[in-house]
Amino acid sequence: MTRITVTVDGQKNVDDVEPRTLLVHYLRETLGKVGTVVGCDTSNCGACTVHLDGRSVKSCNVLAVQADGHEVTTIEGIAANGELHPMQQAFHECHALQCGYCTPGMIMQAIDLLNDNPNPSEAEIRAGLEGNLCRCTGYHNIVKAVAQVAGQKGGE
Amino acid sequence: MTAVDERPAEIGNRRLRKEDQRLITGRTKWTDNITLPGMVHLAMVRSPFAHATITSIDTEEAKSAANVVAVYTAADFPDGIGACANAWPITPDQVTPDHLPLVGERVACAGEIVAVVVARSAAAARDAAELVDVEYDELPAVFDALEAMKDEILAHPDKGTNKSAFWKLDSAEAGTGGDVEEALAAARNDGVVIERNYRQQRLIPAFMEPRSTVVDPTGEQITMWSATQIPHILRFLIAATTGIPESKVRVIAPDVGGGFGGKLQTTPEEFITLAVARRLGKPAKYTETRSESLVSAHHGRDQYQKLTLSATKDGVVTGLKVELIANLGAYVAIIGGGVPVLGAWMFNSIYKFPAYQFNCQTVLTNTTWVDAYRGAGRPEATFGIERIMDDLAAELGMDPLELRERNWITHEEFPFTSVAGMTYDSGNYEAATARAKVLFGYDALRAEQKQRRESGDPVQLGIGVSTFTEMCGLAPSRVLGSLSYGAGGWESAAIRMLPTGKVEVITGTSPHGQGHETAWSQIVADRLGVPFEDVEVLHGDTQIAYKGLDTYGSRSLVVGGEAVVRAADKVIEKAKAFAAHLLEANPDDLEFKAGRYEVKGTEAGIGITEVALATFASHNYPEGIEPGIDADATFDPDDFSFPHGTHLCAVEVDTETGQSRIRTYACVDDIGHIINPLIVEGQVHGGLVQGIAQALWEEAVFDENGTLVTGSFVDYTLPTAADTISFLTENTTSPSTTNTLGTKGVGEAGTIASTPAVVNAILDAVRHLGVQDVVMPCTPERVWKAIQGASAAAETTAEAQPHFDADAGNADTGSTGEGNDQ
Repeated sequence: MTRITVTVDGQKNVDDVEPRTLLVHYLRETLGKVGTVVGCDTSNCGACTVHLDGRSVKSCNVLAVQADGHEVTTIEGIAANGELHPMQQAFHECHALQCGYCTPGMIMQAIDLLNDNPNPSEAEIRAGLEGNLCRCTGYHNIVKAVAQVAGQKGGE
Repeated sequence: MTAVDERPAEIGNRRLRKEDQRLITGRTKWTDNITLPGMVHLAMVRSPFAHATITSIDTEEAKSAANVVAVYTAADFPDGIGACANAWPITPDQVTPDHLPLVGERVACAGEIVAVVVARSAAAARDAAELVDVEYDELPAVFDALEAMKDEILAHPDKGTNKSAFWKLDSAEAGTGGDVEEALAAARNDGVVIERNYRQQRLIPAFMEPRSTVVDPTGEQITMWSATQIPHILRFLIAATTGIPESKVRVIAPDVGGGFGGKLQTTPEEFITLAVARRLGKPAKYTETRSESLVSAHHGRDQYQKLTLSATKDGVVTGLKVELIANLGAYVAIIGGGVPVLGAWMFNSIYKFPAYQFNCQTVLTNTTWVDAYRGAGRPEATFGIERIMDDLAAELGMDPLELRERNWITHEEFPFTSVAGMTYDSGNYEAATARAKVLFGYDALRAEQKQRRESGDPVQLGIGVSTFTEMCGLAPSRVLGSLSYGAGGWESAAIRMLPTGKVEVITGTSPHGQGHETAWSQIVADRLGVPFEDVEVLHGDTQIAYKGLDTYGSRSLVVGGEAVVRAADKVIEKAKAFAAHLLEANPDDLEFKAGRYEVKGTEAGIGITEVALATFASHNYPEGIEPGIDADATFDPDDFSFPHGTHLCAVEVDTETGQSRIRTYACVDDIGHIINPLIVEGQVHGGLVQGIAQALWEEAVFDENGTLVTGSFVDYTLPTAADTISFLTENTTSPSTTNTLGTKGVGEAGTIASTPAVVNAILDAVRHLGVQDVVMPCTPERVWKAIQGASAAAETTAEAQPHFDADAGNADTGSTGEGNDQ
């Protein structure tokens, strides 16, 4: 077992983990952060996407020990003071989710995408979400939601 | 419908979904999120062989591994643990191999479970599963349906044949039309006959949430949470096949992450988790990995289609003969045999064909079992007919839309009884097509196509047409009974009027992304005149919604939503007696409007929620009436509903690389009255991409040993945002007459319509180069090869796609059995 200290959604956690433990399993099984989900075994689907020190990572592709000393933000940590994050609000307004299983990862990736490129074209949005699979929406409304947030930011 | 004075009508409103709040904040209750005290975790040991006898299983090493609680094989359950049932034997003599959850003697497909490891953690269970030593004697195996038809290698040797059932519908015999052989003979003499073989490749539903089951055997009822579309059917089949009294079983489908038919199943994993939990007396959880899901959750499609179409020289179709061979996989799944048969009523589609015959042979193979995948039988049928209609148009040199118009049912002719014997309630193909052409820019794209063709542009433009209809809303119980379907098609609803003015709606449907909580709230808000926010929709728990037939076949709104309407009307009627009593008026003098009972011609009135409070107290209520206004209702429709639409797709094909790129996709769907346009658009978008994915990207491929080559998301290529485009979607409205809301199903429409639109577009782009067919998925390699092949053999005619007879071998050039060629 290895001792790690990881701040998750603002909460500092100290735990002993098996070195092989994936970050997503640490989040779900040790911390009960079940908002982040697992969709595949091959890092293709992106359902487990979280932010590590502010950058999106697929948490099935990061060991918990690699997060030692770092900050993790999950879907459960982006709404502040009862206010939804603008990306969450846009997903709601644009009907950018149906079953909702891909949604946590998709929202975390979309936030990262706009951090990188605040004014993306539709093609850039689509390319930026390529690592996250959704089986319900056909992506149409997800792309719309991301564009809506980008538009709001551009107007500020 | 009740008019609401103060608020705009909810029906038709683009209400944002109630469901979203928990889903966008990560507060969702997926089955895998559930943890219970003392819970054990399961890992399955699966056969790597497609067909083999199990000669020994050594579990000793696994049993002694760290944190392992138990290891079980079939031998540990001599009385069995239930069975995966077939609920729809399509013929009385259908060959239906027993499908046991835990196999002890012989595996019939790769992925079958031969042992289960139980441990304190999922990781420990998986580690120990590697230590279970299973010895197999491999048996000859058959994978491809055409090979299976030969009965040379048997998927189940004890059955003596691979042929499961043969099912036929003939319009002359049924009295619904003429003799198809006569029509074909006449056209061979003086007309046009088009003969085609099409391939519906095998797909994998690939819902995003892997299946998961938790069973808690403590307490008086055994509780099972499962990622399923069918909690009620699951409960029934657990009771029916294990002997556990139904009253001792509670099944909960909590939040379920997509299904698309893929979770319309009772699974080996559910029965095994149940058995382990009962044996140990402890809560047990099993969650599959994605690779397990792809090989062991059921697959979809997999048909060989032979179509023969006859027409006059001016394009009036005179007959259609359909011969299908459908690969069921290793077992006849819950409705696996019936799925291809659903096509029987759909190959004739929107057309007035005078003669029609449908033949379907189902066959068993040593592959993953096949069952419903979004559309289930109707996408296959729509693909076949829309492909051959385009081929006929090309043969006659007609515009494909003109050809369709020449043959379709005109809007004045509804209700129309089709040559397959179905009565289409309503529709307007002219209106949907006219609108779609405008939306798409049909004429301009045709002009561009002409220009590119004339200039010899290496990037050619193709326009694909798909005018589809489907039967949806499974369905009339009597019809299902006449087809030997094992269950009914009714749906149940209940409404509870709470004393504080809130309303609980219980539905027997079981959503997994469709937005029932929102749409049902809209219906009830309008009907009862209560605020949308005050309605709570409860579902997916057999203890709460004790009765129901769940969600599939675009049935939830048209059957389940109508049940909600009927329950609401009963509440209104029951509350009326109380309202009259409280108002000291004659019930006949009351009028219910906007949530209030008013005495006609006076100011006196009382709200329905006030009546609810009064019945809660029940201090003052009429004699001879029980004190309560809650109501339930069961609705069984008289008929299906028949949505339709016109889908137009423009594809650019790079003739030098074979790469296809969808440029524009426009569709106009007629789904009757719309409860929530936002949800409808979402359903169409998602459906479109699943259908487009069949055309361009997806295929389940087995190698020559029966190993699933596309066993992870690396190889089973779901489309990404970067592969797809934004769509142009609109609606026309021909209200259904089979439910009072006038609604038709929409969940499957996009998937049913889009596949042939895309393939037709690709062919339209390269047909002038001599290409007549590209097998799906139309990868760049296949398109490029088709172009090269066509130009190499200047004369490419019918010989390029031989009909499937025994001598022709495997007509599919890209699928099962030749994975090495990929």
